[in-house]
Amino acid sequence: MEITQQAVSRQQVVEIILAALQDVLEGVAPEETPALDENTRLIGRSAVLDSMGLVTLIVETEQRLEADYDIVIMLADDRAMSQTRSPFLSISALADYVMQLVAEQGA
Amino acid sequence: MNDAVVLITGARKGIGRYLAEHYVRRGAQVVGCSRSEPDWSLEHYTHFCVDVTHEADVRKMVTSVHKRFGRLDVLVNNAGIASMNHVLLTPAATAERIFATNVQGVFLLCREAAKVMQRRRYGRIVNISTVAAPLHLEGEALYAASKSAVVTFTQILAREVAAYGITANVVAPTPIETDLIRAVPQEKIDAIINRLAVKRLGRFEDVANVIDFFVRPESDYITGQVITLGGVS
Repeated sequence: MEITQQAVSRQQVVEIILAALQDVLEGVAPEETPALDENTRLIGRSAVLDSMGLVTLIVETEQRLEADYDIVIMLADDRAMSQTRSPFLSISALADYVMQLVAEQGA
Repeated sequence: MNDAVVLITGARKGIGRYLAEHYVRRGAQVVGCSRSEPDWSLEHYTHFCVDVTHEADVRKMVTSVHKRFGRLDVLVNNAGIASMNHVLLTPAATAERIFATNVQGVFLLCREAAKVMQRRRYGRIVNISTVAAPLHLEGEALYAASKSAVVTFTQILAREVAAYGITANVVAPTPIETDLIRAVPQEKIDAIINRLAVKRLGRFEDVANVIDFFVRPESDYITGQVITLGGVS
Protein backbone atom coordinates (compact mmCIF):
# COMPACT_ATOMS: atom_id res chain seq x y z
CA MET A 1 0.00 0.00 0.00
CA GLU A 2 3.06 2.27 -0.16
CA ILE A 3 2.33 5.36 -2.19
CA THR A 4 5.10 6.65 -4.44
CA GLN A 5 5.16 10.38 -4.78
CA GLN A 6 5.88 12.26 -7.99
CA ALA A 7 7.44 15.69 -8.06
CA VAL A 8 5.03 18.55 -8.66
CA SER A 9 5.76 22.16 -9.56
CA ARG A 10 4.01 25.16 -8.03
CA GLN A 11 2.51 25.97 -11.44
CA GLN A 12 1.01 22.46 -11.64
CA VAL A 13 -0.46 22.91 -8.15
CA VAL A 14 -1.98 26.25 -9.17
CA GLU A 15 -3.52 24.57 -12.23
CA ILE A 16 -4.99 21.80 -10.08
CA ILE A 17 -6.55 24.32 -7.69
CA LEU A 18 -7.88 26.44 -10.57
CA ALA A 19 -9.44 23.37 -12.25
CA ALA A 20 -10.95 22.21 -8.95
CA LEU A 21 -12.32 25.70 -8.26
CA GLN A 22 -13.75 25.94 -11.76
CA ASP A 23 -15.61 22.64 -11.23
CA VAL A 24 -16.90 23.69 -7.79
CA LEU A 25 -18.18 27.04 -9.12
CA GLU A 26 -19.77 25.43 -12.18
CA GLY A 27 -21.61 23.09 -9.85
CA VAL A 28 -23.09 26.07 -7.99
CA ALA A 29 -23.85 28.59 -10.76
CA PRO A 30 -22.61 27.42 -14.20
CA GLU A 31 -23.54 30.63 -16.03
CA GLU A 32 -21.87 32.99 -13.56
CA THR A 33 -18.33 31.59 -13.23
CA PRO A 34 -16.00 34.57 -12.62
CA ALA A 35 -12.53 34.95 -14.14
CA LEU A 36 -10.06 33.08 -11.95
CA ASP A 37 -6.36 33.60 -11.33
CA GLU A 38 -3.81 33.15 -8.55
CA ASN A 39 -5.12 36.20 -6.70
CA THR A 40 -8.71 34.93 -6.58
CA ARG A 41 -9.89 35.17 -2.96
CA LEU A 42 -11.23 31.97 -1.41
CA ILE A 43 -12.39 33.38 1.94
CA GLY A 44 -13.50 36.81 3.14
CA ARG A 45 -15.89 39.41 1.75
CA SER A 46 -14.68 39.23 -1.86
CA ALA A 47 -14.49 35.41 -1.87
CA VAL A 48 -15.90 33.51 -4.83
CA LEU A 49 -17.00 30.62 -2.59
CA ASP A 50 -19.31 30.11 0.35
CA SER A 51 -18.11 27.97 3.30
CA MET A 52 -19.45 24.71 1.82
CA GLY A 53 -17.81 25.57 -1.49
CA LEU A 54 -14.49 26.00 0.31
CA VAL A 55 -14.87 22.55 1.94
CA THR A 56 -15.50 21.02 -1.49
CA LEU A 57 -12.54 22.88 -3.01
CA ILE A 58 -10.17 21.63 -0.27
CA VAL A 59 -11.37 18.02 -0.67
CA GLU A 60 -11.24 18.23 -4.49
CA THR A 61 -7.72 19.66 -4.38
CA GLU A 62 -6.56 16.86 -2.04
CA GLN A 63 -8.20 14.24 -4.27
CA ARG A 64 -6.70 15.64 -7.50
CA LEU A 65 -3.20 15.87 -6.00
CA GLU A 66 -3.54 12.22 -5.04
CA ALA A 67 -5.00 11.08 -8.37
CA ASP A 68 -2.63 13.04 -10.63
CA TYR A 69 0.61 13.11 -8.61
CA ASP A 70 0.24 10.44 -5.88
CA ILE A 71 0.55 13.20 -3.31
CA VAL A 72 -1.32 12.39 -0.12
CA ILE A 73 -1.66 15.41 2.14
CA MET A 74 -4.23 16.71 4.56
CA LEU A 75 -4.84 20.40 3.80
CA ALA A 76 -7.25 21.12 6.64
CA ASP A 77 -5.03 20.09 9.54
CA ASP A 78 -4.82 21.79 12.94
CA ARG A 79 -1.85 23.89 11.82
CA ALA A 80 -3.69 25.29 8.79
CA MET A 81 -6.65 26.23 10.96
CA SER A 82 -4.52 28.07 13.53
CA GLN A 83 -2.35 30.15 11.20
CA THR A 84 -2.85 33.91 11.46
CA ARG A 85 -2.53 34.24 7.69
CA SER A 86 -4.89 31.54 6.45
CA PRO A 87 -3.56 29.22 3.74
CA PHE A 88 -7.08 29.30 2.31
CA LEU A 89 -7.05 33.07 1.73
CA SER A 90 -6.37 32.86 -2.00
CA ILE A 91 -5.33 30.39 -4.69
CA SER A 92 -1.78 31.68 -4.38
CA ALA A 93 -1.73 31.14 -0.59
CA LEU A 94 -3.20 27.66 -0.98
CA ALA A 95 -0.63 26.73 -3.64
CA ASP A 96 2.17 27.93 -1.34
CA TYR A 97 0.75 25.83 1.49
CA VAL A 98 0.52 22.72 -0.72
CA MET A 99 4.15 23.20 -1.79
CA GLN A 100 5.18 23.61 1.86
CA LEU A 101 3.43 20.36 2.88
CA VAL A 102 4.88 18.49 -0.11
CA ALA A 103 8.39 19.72 0.74
CA GLU A 104 7.95 18.64 4.38
CA GLN A 105 6.81 15.18 3.28
CA GLY A 106 9.86 14.79 1.06
CA ALA A 107 12.24 16.00 3.77
CA MET B 1 -25.44 -4.00 -6.96
CA ASN B 2 -23.74 -4.90 -10.25
CA ASP B 3 -20.24 -3.39 -10.32
CA ALA B 4 -20.91 -1.38 -7.14
CA VAL B 5 -17.87 -1.11 -4.89
CA VAL B 6 -18.67 -1.89 -1.27
CA LEU B 7 -16.27 -1.38 1.66
CA ILE B 8 -17.03 -3.25 4.87
CA THR B 9 -15.00 -2.86 8.06
CA GLY B 10 -14.64 -5.73 10.52
CA ALA B 11 -15.18 -8.16 7.65
CA ARG B 12 -13.15 -11.09 8.99
CA LYS B 13 -16.00 -12.70 10.90
CA GLY B 14 -19.55 -12.34 12.18
CA ILE B 15 -21.87 -9.80 10.57
CA GLY B 16 -19.02 -8.32 8.52
CA ARG B 17 -18.18 -11.63 6.87
CA TYR B 18 -21.87 -12.33 6.23
CA LEU B 19 -22.26 -8.90 4.58
CA ALA B 20 -19.14 -9.42 2.46
CA GLU B 21 -20.52 -12.71 1.13
CA HIS B 22 -23.99 -11.19 0.74
CA TYR B 23 -22.78 -8.30 -1.43
CA VAL B 24 -20.46 -10.49 -3.49
CA ARG B 25 -23.49 -12.70 -4.23
CA ARG B 26 -25.36 -9.59 -5.33
CA GLY B 27 -22.66 -8.76 -7.89
CA ALA B 28 -20.66 -6.14 -6.01
CA GLN B 29 -16.90 -5.75 -5.78
CA VAL B 30 -16.39 -6.04 -2.03
CA VAL B 31 -13.42 -4.74 -0.07
CA GLY B 32 -13.16 -5.69 3.57
CA CYS B 33 -10.79 -4.95 6.37
CA SER B 34 -9.92 -6.21 9.82
CA ARG B 35 -6.89 -6.17 12.07
CA SER B 36 -5.88 -9.70 11.05
CA GLU B 37 -6.15 -11.89 7.95
CA PRO B 38 -9.36 -13.87 7.45
CA ASP B 39 -9.18 -17.66 7.16
CA TRP B 40 -11.37 -17.54 4.06
CA SER B 41 -11.26 -15.98 0.61
CA LEU B 42 -13.81 -15.17 -2.04
CA GLU B 43 -13.84 -14.16 -5.70
CA HIS B 44 -14.58 -10.42 -6.08
CA TYR B 45 -13.48 -9.87 -2.48
CA THR B 46 -10.28 -8.05 -1.46
CA HIS B 47 -9.07 -7.91 2.12
CA PHE B 48 -6.91 -5.29 3.81
CA CYS B 49 -5.32 -5.77 7.22
CA VAL B 50 -6.13 -2.39 8.72
CA ASP B 51 -6.82 -1.15 12.21
CA VAL B 52 -9.64 1.39 11.75
CA THR B 53 -8.21 3.58 14.51
CA HIS B 54 -5.02 4.26 12.48
CA GLU B 55 -5.58 7.35 10.36
CA ALA B 56 -2.73 6.78 7.88
CA ASP B 57 -3.68 3.15 7.27
CA VAL B 58 -7.37 4.00 6.77
CA ARG B 59 -6.41 6.68 4.28
CA LYS B 60 -4.08 4.34 2.38
CA MET B 61 -6.78 1.69 2.17
CA VAL B 62 -9.42 4.08 0.82
CA THR B 63 -6.86 5.49 -1.65
CA SER B 64 -6.06 1.96 -2.83
CA VAL B 65 -9.76 1.19 -3.31
CA HIS B 66 -10.21 4.39 -5.31
CA LYS B 67 -7.16 3.68 -7.47
CA ARG B 68 -8.15 0.10 -8.16
CA PHE B 69 -11.86 0.54 -8.79
CA GLY B 70 -12.15 4.26 -9.56
CA ARG B 71 -15.12 4.58 -7.23
CA LEU B 72 -16.60 3.73 -3.87
CA ASP B 73 -20.37 3.35 -3.67
CA VAL B 74 -21.08 1.89 -0.25
CA LEU B 75 -19.36 1.99 3.14
CA VAL B 76 -20.58 -0.23 5.97
CA ASN B 77 -18.86 0.60 9.25
CA ASN B 78 -19.31 -2.74 10.95
CA ALA B 79 -16.07 -2.96 12.96
CA GLY B 80 -16.82 -2.55 16.62
CA ILE B 81 -15.76 -3.77 20.01
CA ALA B 82 -17.71 -4.28 23.20
CA SER B 83 -16.75 -4.82 26.79
CA MET B 84 -19.44 -5.77 29.27
CA ASN B 85 -18.59 -4.51 32.70
CA HIS B 86 -19.94 -2.48 35.59
CA VAL B 87 -18.89 1.17 35.26
CA LEU B 88 -17.20 1.03 38.68
CA LEU B 89 -14.99 -1.82 37.49
CA THR B 90 -14.13 -0.54 34.01
CA PRO B 91 -10.49 0.44 33.37
CA ALA B 92 -9.82 3.73 31.56
CA ALA B 93 -7.86 1.81 28.91
CA THR B 94 -11.01 -0.16 28.05
CA ALA B 95 -12.99 3.04 27.61
CA GLU B 96 -10.30 4.46 25.34
CA ARG B 97 -10.20 1.29 23.25
CA ILE B 98 -13.97 1.18 22.82
CA PHE B 99 -14.21 4.83 21.78
CA ALA B 100 -11.17 4.58 19.49
CA THR B 101 -12.67 1.74 17.45
CA ASN B 102 -16.38 2.50 17.67
CA VAL B 103 -16.26 6.29 17.29
CA GLN B 104 -12.87 7.41 15.97
CA GLY B 105 -12.77 4.47 13.53
CA VAL B 106 -16.22 5.28 12.18
CA PHE B 107 -15.28 8.96 11.81
CA LEU B 108 -12.06 8.19 9.92
CA LEU B 109 -13.73 5.76 7.52
CA CYS B 110 -16.65 8.13 6.89
CA ARG B 111 -14.34 11.06 6.26
CA GLU B 112 -12.09 9.27 3.80
CA ALA B 113 -14.94 7.43 2.06
CA ALA B 114 -17.00 10.62 1.66
CA LYS B 115 -14.03 12.39 0.08
CA VAL B 116 -13.94 9.71 -2.62
CA MET B 117 -17.75 9.44 -2.92
CA GLN B 118 -18.23 13.19 -3.42
CA ARG B 119 -16.25 13.03 -6.67
CA ARG B 120 -19.08 11.05 -8.29
CA ARG B 121 -21.77 12.83 -6.28
CA TYR B 122 -22.99 9.47 -5.00
CA GLY B 123 -22.47 7.41 -1.88
CA ARG B 124 -24.19 5.29 0.73
CA ILE B 125 -22.82 5.09 4.28
CA VAL B 126 -24.29 2.73 6.86
CA ASN B 127 -23.10 2.75 10.45
CA ILE B 128 -23.97 0.20 13.10
CA SER B 129 -25.37 1.06 16.51
CA THR B 130 -27.10 -1.25 19.01
CA VAL B 131 -30.30 -1.77 20.98
CA ALA B 132 -28.10 -1.48 24.08
CA ALA B 133 -28.33 2.32 23.65
CA PRO B 134 -32.15 2.80 23.64
CA LEU B 135 -32.59 -0.04 26.18
CA HIS B 136 -29.98 1.52 28.53
CA LEU B 137 -28.57 -1.92 29.30
CA GLU B 138 -26.68 -2.21 32.56
CA GLY B 139 -23.12 -3.44 32.06
CA GLU B 140 -22.88 -1.83 28.64
CA ALA B 141 -22.53 1.84 29.57
CA LEU B 142 -19.39 2.55 27.54
CA TYR B 143 -20.34 0.35 24.59
CA ALA B 144 -23.83 1.89 24.42
CA ALA B 145 -22.43 5.42 24.89
CA SER B 146 -19.99 4.89 22.01
CA LYS B 147 -22.83 3.63 19.82
CA SER B 148 -25.01 6.62 20.81
CA ALA B 149 -22.12 8.76 19.62
CA VAL B 150 -22.24 6.86 16.30
CA VAL B 151 -25.93 7.78 15.95
CA THR B 152 -25.39 11.50 16.62
CA PHE B 153 -22.29 11.57 14.42
CA THR B 154 -24.20 9.91 11.57
CA GLN B 155 -27.16 12.25 11.85
CA ILE B 156 -24.93 15.32 11.55
CA LEU B 157 -22.74 13.72 8.87
CA ALA B 158 -25.92 13.04 6.89
CA ARG B 159 -26.69 16.76 6.79
CA GLU B 160 -23.10 17.72 5.93
CA VAL B 161 -22.72 15.32 2.99
CA ALA B 162 -26.27 15.47 1.59
CA ALA B 163 -25.23 18.06 -0.99
CA TYR B 164 -22.74 15.53 -2.39
CA GLY B 165 -25.44 12.90 -3.04
CA ILE B 166 -24.21 10.85 -0.08
CA THR B 167 -26.61 9.37 2.46
CA ALA B 168 -25.64 8.21 5.96
CA ASN B 169 -27.88 6.00 8.07
CA VAL B 170 -27.74 3.69 11.06
CA VAL B 171 -28.96 0.18 11.73
CA ALA B 172 -29.16 -0.81 15.39
CA PRO B 173 -29.23 -4.60 15.77
CA THR B 174 -30.44 -6.67 18.69
CA PRO B 175 -28.08 -9.29 20.09
CA ILE B 176 -27.04 -11.73 17.34
CA GLU B 177 -25.20 -14.99 17.91
CA THR B 178 -21.66 -13.66 17.29
CA ASP B 179 -18.38 -13.52 19.19
CA LEU B 180 -19.43 -10.12 20.55
CA ILE B 181 -22.12 -11.63 22.80
CA ARG B 182 -20.60 -15.09 23.40
CA ALA B 183 -19.31 -13.99 26.82
CA VAL B 184 -22.68 -12.62 27.90
CA PRO B 185 -24.59 -14.91 30.31
CA GLN B 186 -27.70 -16.57 28.85
CA GLU B 187 -30.04 -15.05 31.47
CA LYS B 188 -28.84 -11.59 30.45
CA ILE B 189 -29.54 -12.37 26.76
CA ASP B 190 -32.99 -13.72 27.71
CA ALA B 191 -33.72 -10.54 29.68
CA ILE B 192 -32.84 -8.41 26.63
CA ILE B 193 -34.98 -10.56 24.32
CA ASN B 194 -37.89 -10.12 26.73
CA ARG B 195 -37.71 -6.37 26.19
CA LEU B 196 -37.99 -6.68 22.40
CA ALA B 197 -41.32 -6.56 20.58
CA VAL B 198 -40.23 -9.59 18.53
CA LYS B 199 -38.83 -12.04 21.08
CA ARG B 200 -35.90 -13.75 19.40
CA LEU B 201 -32.20 -13.24 18.78
CA GLY B 202 -31.37 -11.22 15.69
CA ARG B 203 -30.05 -12.83 12.52
CA PHE B 204 -27.44 -11.65 10.05
CA GLU B 205 -30.23 -11.52 7.46
CA ASP B 206 -32.12 -8.97 9.58
CA VAL B 207 -29.16 -6.61 9.49
CA ALA B 208 -28.49 -7.18 5.77
CA ASN B 209 -32.16 -6.47 5.01
CA VAL B 210 -31.98 -2.97 6.50
CA ILE B 211 -28.61 -2.25 4.89
CA ASP B 212 -29.99 -3.39 1.50
CA PHE B 213 -32.74 -0.80 1.91
CA PHE B 214 -30.37 2.02 2.91
CA VAL B 215 -27.91 1.40 0.06
CA ARG B 216 -30.41 1.15 -2.79
CA PRO B 217 -29.94 3.98 -5.31
CA GLU B 218 -33.67 4.69 -4.83
CA SER B 219 -33.03 5.48 -1.12
CA ASP B 220 -31.49 8.86 -1.99
CA TYR B 221 -34.19 10.65 0.07
CA ILE B 222 -33.49 8.60 3.20
CA THR B 223 -30.64 9.90 5.32
CA GLY B 224 -29.81 10.51 8.98
CA GLN B 225 -32.19 7.72 9.96
CA VAL B 226 -31.88 4.99 12.57
CA ILE B 227 -33.64 1.67 12.10
CA THR B 228 -33.64 -0.38 15.27
CA LEU B 229 -34.32 -4.11 14.96
CA GLY B 230 -36.61 -6.21 17.11
CA GLY B 231 -39.26 -3.53 17.54
CA VAL B 232 -37.26 -1.37 19.97
CA SER B 233 -37.91 2.35 19.69
